[in-house]
Amino acid sequence: MTILQIKNLHVTVDTEQGTKEILKGVDLTIRSGETHAIMGPNGSGKSTLAYTIAGHPKYTVTEGEILLDGEDVLAMSVDERARAGLFLAMQYPVEIPGVSVSNFLRTAKTALSGEAPALRGWIKDLRSAMEDLKMDSGFTERNVNEGFSGGEKKRHEILQLELLKPKIAVLDETDSGLDVDALKIVSEGVNRAKGNTDLGVLLITHYTRILKYIKPDFVHVFVAGKVAEQGGPELAERLEAEGYDRYLKA
Amino acid sequence: MAEATQTAQHGNKAHSHGGYASAAEVPLQTRSERVRSTNVADFAPIAPREEQWRYLSASKLNGLDADSLEEFSGDIATKHPENVVTAWVGPEHAAFGAAGMPEDRTSAAAWGSAAAAYLVTIPSDAEADCEVQLTFTSHDLTPSAAHIIIEAKPHSKAIVIIDHKGDATLAENVEILVGDEANLTVVSIQDWNAGSVHTSAQFAKLGRNAKLKHLNISLGGDVVRVSPSASFAAPGGDVELLGVYFADSDQHLENRLFVDHSEPNCKSRVTYKGALQGDGAHTVWVGDVLIRAAAEGTDTYELNRNLLLNDGCRADSVPNLEIETGQIQGAGHASASGRFDDEQLFYLQARGITESDARRLVVRGFLNEVIQQIGIPEIEDRLNQAIDLELARSAS
Repeated sequence: MTILQIKNLHVTVDTEQGTKEILKGVDLTIRSGETHAIMGPNGSGKSTLAYTIAGHPKYTVTEGEILLDGEDVLAMSVDERARAGLFLAMQYPVEIPGVSVSNFLRTAKTALSGEAPALRGWIKDLRSAMEDLKMDSGFTERNVNEGFSGGEKKRHEILQLELLKPKIAVLDETDSGLDVDALKIVSEGVNRAKGNTDLGVLLITHYTRILKYIKPDFVHVFVAGKVAEQGGPELAERLEAEGYDRYLKA
Repeated sequence: MAEATQTAQHGNKAHSHGGYASAAEVPLQTRSERVRSTNVADFAPIAPREEQWRYLSASKLNGLDADSLEEFSGDIATKHPENVVTAWVGPEHAAFGAAGMPEDRTSAAAWGSAAAAYLVTIPSDAEADCEVQLTFTSHDLTPSAAHIIIEAKPHSKAIVIIDHKGDATLAENVEILVGDEANLTVVSIQDWNAGSVHTSAQFAKLGRNAKLKHLNISLGGDVVRVSPSASFAAPGGDVELLGVYFADSDQHLENRLFVDHSEPNCKSRVTYKGALQGDGAHTVWVGDVLIRAAAEGTDTYELNRNLLLNDGCRADSVPNLEIETGQIQGAGHASASGRFDDEQLFYLQARGITESDARRLVVRGFLNEVIQQIGIPEIEDRLNQAIDLELARSAS
């Protein structure tokens, strides 16, 4: 059982207009096997939360803490967080020219498990994960995210989720830019990872449609840098009907 | 070989160069008017006001700026199949001076100082598996000169690898003659020890429908300046000039390219990529392409990209495209020098990869874009290993 605890998290970012506080006291607890949906309007700080958990240097934590099974996540480097079991599926995955997907995945797997995976088992796992995500076998020879379509980028993120087997995954708007078929395939991947490894999921989304495929146990409405309301799946249905206006007017 | 400068060719109108004094005062307007001569006295002394020496001062050449040099006294080890012939030849040989003429002072000094050239002849029946290796090894820093001629006979196919190792102060001329319908790959690797200085002018001349892939890799040496140039003796030539360089602290790596399109329907691609790491690392890339009036149907593109891994490095990148006819397929260039992208680092680290491994992966990937184009797996592997060593050396 893994627990990720976010306590009273305040985060600022430096902009041209000066330092701006984005997160204003976020409290969240995610356990293995649980799926938490974070929903909110644009600019509410959802992605800031995702990147802060992963340790992006652009964001400064001014108050509060993040603990993974009691360990201080904020004291860890980006790669240490990943090795501790955190994973971020990015909204805008970065191109790495000249580095093939196959080389990248093998390097990441080696870094996470401390030793190179046995070649035969690894290739088998890779092939089967790619088949499940309906990815062409030639995909591994392409350079990481270079020339990938929006859908290919997201499948590649979920492919990593399935192969790297983290304890807690943050999915940052994984549904954006996907058509219904791709959304289904990607959601199935997340559900497989949950089934196989008892993954805890923090699902960040603007829209409710991905929640038809990945069922949340908890829904948190994010407004102006903090959780404005939380509840069960029924809260998502209400948002579907009413939108975020209610929170924005308040 | 002291003779009058010779530039009037391919229908260009004849003109003369009245010595270096005037050339130094009036900037040259077109690339075709640059001094070409085997006589060192025809060139201005090396000074920053000379376009060719803007980035490299005579004091850094460790004596290669002298009018005459010793003959290269190191070893040139050769490995080649039986049907390839090697010989030392003098200026009376038909191949001597057939690919080009010196365009700068150290090249001219080397031309006059090396009494004989080492000629490698690839026969017409050579097939794609024909691999020639020339390994320069030296442990002597006396300013010296060498002259190599590679002659690929019509219809031949071959790979020639020129390796430079050890300690040297060397001015070199490499002539590359690619016969009609021949397909030649030339790889030149500069991996000298610290303290070495090397200038190398590499002239290629392509026959009808000839194909040349030239790969230039500069890794080690205090100052390494390679000037690959390509010209065409007949229509239909196809030249690919690829380069990779990695500059450490206080290293100066310079590449000056020139593609002279004088014949119709020829194609050229220039792709150079460099990485810089450490204080005082300096790279220079100058890519000149001239499309003369007669060169209708030319298709050319040149690209240079530099990756600066930290502050204190400097990459100069200067593409020059001169077009004298509108009847061409295409002509373009791109040049960009950028700092290491921290978002790439974040992405890789977020997958558990340590910062130093992530840097290695990004740099190797950046350069790999060129290496992937070589098309010869064993050479690609060898170069990847060399780059890994370079990265390890820089990291330590």
